[in-house]
Amino acid sequence: MMDPADNAVTIDLPSNYAVRRYKDWVMSGLLILATLIAVTPLFMVLGYVVLKGATAINLSFFTELPKPFGEVGGGVANAIVGTLILIFVSSIIGIPVGILSAIYLSEYDRHSWLANAVRFTTDVLMGIPSIIVGIVVYTALVLAMGNFSAIAGGVALAIIMIPTVIRATEEMLNLVPYSLREAAYALGFPKWRTVLQIVLPAAAKGIITGVMLGVARVAGETAPLLFTAFGNSYWSRSITEPIAALPLQIFNYTMSPYKAQHAQAWAAALILIVLVIALNLIARFALRSKNA
Amino acid sequence: MLAKLAKRNKVLIGALALLAIVMTIAVSGCGSTGTNTGNSVGTASGKQVMLNGAGSTFDLPLFTKMFAEYPKVNPNINVNYQGVGSGAGIQQLSDMTIDFGASDAPMKDEQMAAAKGGKILHIPITLGAVAIAYNVPGVPKKIKIAPDVLADIFLGKIKNWNDPRIAADNPGVKFPDLAINTAHRSDGSGTNYIVTTYLSSISPEWKEKIGSGTSVNWPGGVGGKGNPGVAQAIQQTPGTIGYIELAYAIQNNITYAQMKNKDGKWVSPSLEGASESAAGATIPDDMRVMIVNAPGEKVYPISGFSWVLLYQHQKDKTKGKALVELLKWMVHDGQNYSESLDYAKLPQSMVGRIDKMLGTVTYGS
Amino acid sequence: MLRSRTRLSIGDHTLKILALTMAVLVLTLMIFIAWQMIAASKLSIAKFGWSFITSKIWDPNLKEQFGALPFIYGTLVTSLLALILAVPTGLGLAIFLNEMAPSSIKTVVSFLAELLAAIPSVVYGLWGIFVLAPWLQNTAEPLLNHMFGSLPLFQGPPLGVGLLAGGLILAIMILPTIAAISRDVMAAVPNTQREAALALGATRWEMIRTAVISHAKSGIVGSIMLGLGRALGETMAVTMVIGNSSYIHTSFFALANTLASVIANEFTEATYPLYRSSLVEIGLILFGISLIFNTLARLLVWSVSRNTKGGHVV
Repeated sequence: MMDPADNAVTIDLPSNYAVRRYKDWVMSGLLILATLIAVTPLFMVLGYVVLKGATAINLSFFTELPKPFGEVGGGVANAIVGTLILIFVSSIIGIPVGILSAIYLSEYDRHSWLANAVRFTTDVLMGIPSIIVGIVVYTALVLAMGNFSAIAGGVALAIIMIPTVIRATEEMLNLVPYSLREAAYALGFPKWRTVLQIVLPAAAKGIITGVMLGVARVAGETAPLLFTAFGNSYWSRSITEPIAALPLQIFNYTMSPYKAQHAQAWAAALILIVLVIALNLIARFALRSKNA
Repeated sequence: MLAKLAKRNKVLIGALALLAIVMTIAVSGCGSTGTNTGNSVGTASGKQVMLNGAGSTFDLPLFTKMFAEYPKVNPNINVNYQGVGSGAGIQQLSDMTIDFGASDAPMKDEQMAAAKGGKILHIPITLGAVAIAYNVPGVPKKIKIAPDVLADIFLGKIKNWNDPRIAADNPGVKFPDLAINTAHRSDGSGTNYIVTTYLSSISPEWKEKIGSGTSVNWPGGVGGKGNPGVAQAIQQTPGTIGYIELAYAIQNNITYAQMKNKDGKWVSPSLEGASESAAGATIPDDMRVMIVNAPGEKVYPISGFSWVLLYQHQKDKTKGKALVELLKWMVHDGQNYSESLDYAKLPQSMVGRIDKMLGTVTYGS
Repeated sequence: MLRSRTRLSIGDHTLKILALTMAVLVLTLMIFIAWQMIAASKLSIAKFGWSFITSKIWDPNLKEQFGALPFIYGTLVTSLLALILAVPTGLGLAIFLNEMAPSSIKTVVSFLAELLAAIPSVVYGLWGIFVLAPWLQNTAEPLLNHMFGSLPLFQGPPLGVGLLAGGLILAIMILPTIAAISRDVMAAVPNTQREAALALGATRWEMIRTAVISHAKSGIVGSIMLGLGRALGETMAVTMVIGNSSYIHTSFFALANTLASVIANEFTEATYPLYRSSLVEIGLILFGISLIFNTLARLLVWSVSRNTKGGHVV
């Protein structure tokens, strides 16, 4: 909006007002139609998961281990805990790497070739199908360690989380007005304190939102876990053992030919969705309370 | 504003620093464990042992049932089994990322040679039979389909249900003028392997043109994913013929055909017919064999083993002993869970041979 | 760069070095992934060369020959189907919410749509198998066949799963992405633009077209690009509904495979090195497509935003 000339609005006015009114009505109708078409399947997905999931869910679903295939009942307690552990492991790796990289891009080196290369890398990493990450972690980590593990699963998820965190954080840091940094320098703050105590907090709500969205995304990832976390029908006693995860459990149940497992799949999907949406809501809530 | 921000967020720096430290430890931890762990879990004797296995999805219901029951007999051993596919079971065992594999197809010589941990044993655990299912309006259940007719149907040479070659074996049945549509499994599976091995064994033309494997290039027809996909394709389009695992066909009341076995008898697919295949076939010492079209009156010809695969030399003594214990239980008491889940029992004649084979397992580094 | 001159503390060095290390780590990570993929696909690259991309024969069993064309085709068709369906509806939704809906509907719907963008792909797959595919098989595909059966695109037995199911599920999945991002960009168009248009006597649609859409163009293009990016690489949901066939069929009802779904389906069944290597090379192609595509998207958005400067929050 620098040049006022850019702001000029030009409209080719058709002479006939009635035609224009008519066109307006038609377009409004089309927009409403598009909205209905767009919203229907989305709410059907949500609706089915809630309805079908709710009928299959009960207390033992949260406390028991999975039953053998073909049998009714049992739970996914180990998969729920497994997913939480995987989220924890991937966050411990992914969040610091992501935030620090973003700090580098925004605060230290906005325009060099290295910064651009890292930004480009972030974009590419974001576009990499998650199954590829799974294959790479399998060859690099699982084969080297000699077994499937929660660590391998966590690393794979972290790789998927990192670009989301970098992008959200950098965007938020860039939004912090430069005057704030100048004010801090004027008060004699060294750069590192300016970055950590002034800039980062000022952008905190946006960063938290971005991080939570990154976490929410990996919480539902399936493909990279197939050959890293592997799945487990029992509790894992250590993060060096194969571990169960909700998305894996849903996938296995869905592809099985048994009705009992299909019901379990819907129930597990409901839990996963609640978990993911809770993470999203926390992100928004954090955003709001910081504002107050 | 600045001061407030600064004060409020000392915590944030702390958290960030902590995360950085933890992460460094985690990363360096990964690096160092890469060289020397792998079997540090559960080595102390008398403690809980967790065995990890993977492979055939066909085995999944039986195995998860067995492994849910086994801790009642031996509370120290937990078995984690993931149905990732037979090929994956072979691959993971040869990469030594799991303790045992499970497969519906025997390993090839090249695969045996490529395995990192030495010689691999094939332990038959159960048998599967494949039913030929069809949907032809007005035609009764259990029609008879001769081997050469079946091959020519799947090769696309017999195109209509009113073909005299079909009618020849089914006197009294009136077949409609209806195009034949074939349905097959589009995903790689042990079921494909059994069916294509069978077709190769009865039809030289099939053997030459298509061959046998977990996923082959079907000459035509529609593909369906898994048993439900094939069943759906059959039920959806009148005139369709396809193949389905027997357990699935029984549980879902799907119409299937009688086949002619090597002895010239017409047989319906059954668990007994599958077990008889194993009893009738000549089984080599390493048990790596497809038993389609085995001799015997009661034999159902489209049957095959499902094996557990393990290394003959078990480096981890505790785990190795636990695994052999488990396998012994699976071929003895564990067999009692087979029939209620529509799996065929191993014939009694084989159990002794399997015990002997398990006796050859060696332990220790 | 402005900087405090009083002292260059240890803190300064530590943070800078730490941040630099992490940034370099991210860069290394991508190089490592690329290197791993290339190393693992050497075998099939050496054996098939460029014919890998142009050959439509994928026969792991008898001939042990591999060609990626069926999967490139499947990926393109499903992604294009998804775009054709999701772009007009997604943009329509965004415009409706931003320019027409009363604020109560606006908050509720846009909030829910954003949450839907977060639903894991395996859940879409679950829904696709048990709800979408039966509906396609029993209702939509027979209807399409009845109406447009003369076109080869709508011929063949209705199976439910297949290209159409894959395209539809992708459309549903990328719709929230397109809608949410383009709505954000439209919301960033200053109100003065709208007021100016209305003051000049524009109808609401003319205002939307001239003031909102033209100013948010770059962001809208960006949202479509992001949607397409997600569609190209989406694995789980598509794998569950596309039916897995390694042939090229013209019909939308036919079974197919995308680059991502063939890896997910067959990586587990690849029991000899050349087979595995070929699957990794498919991954490499996917990687390459996402690389080319990201570069293009970046250049496009960059050039558009440089020309209009519209749709940017200051």
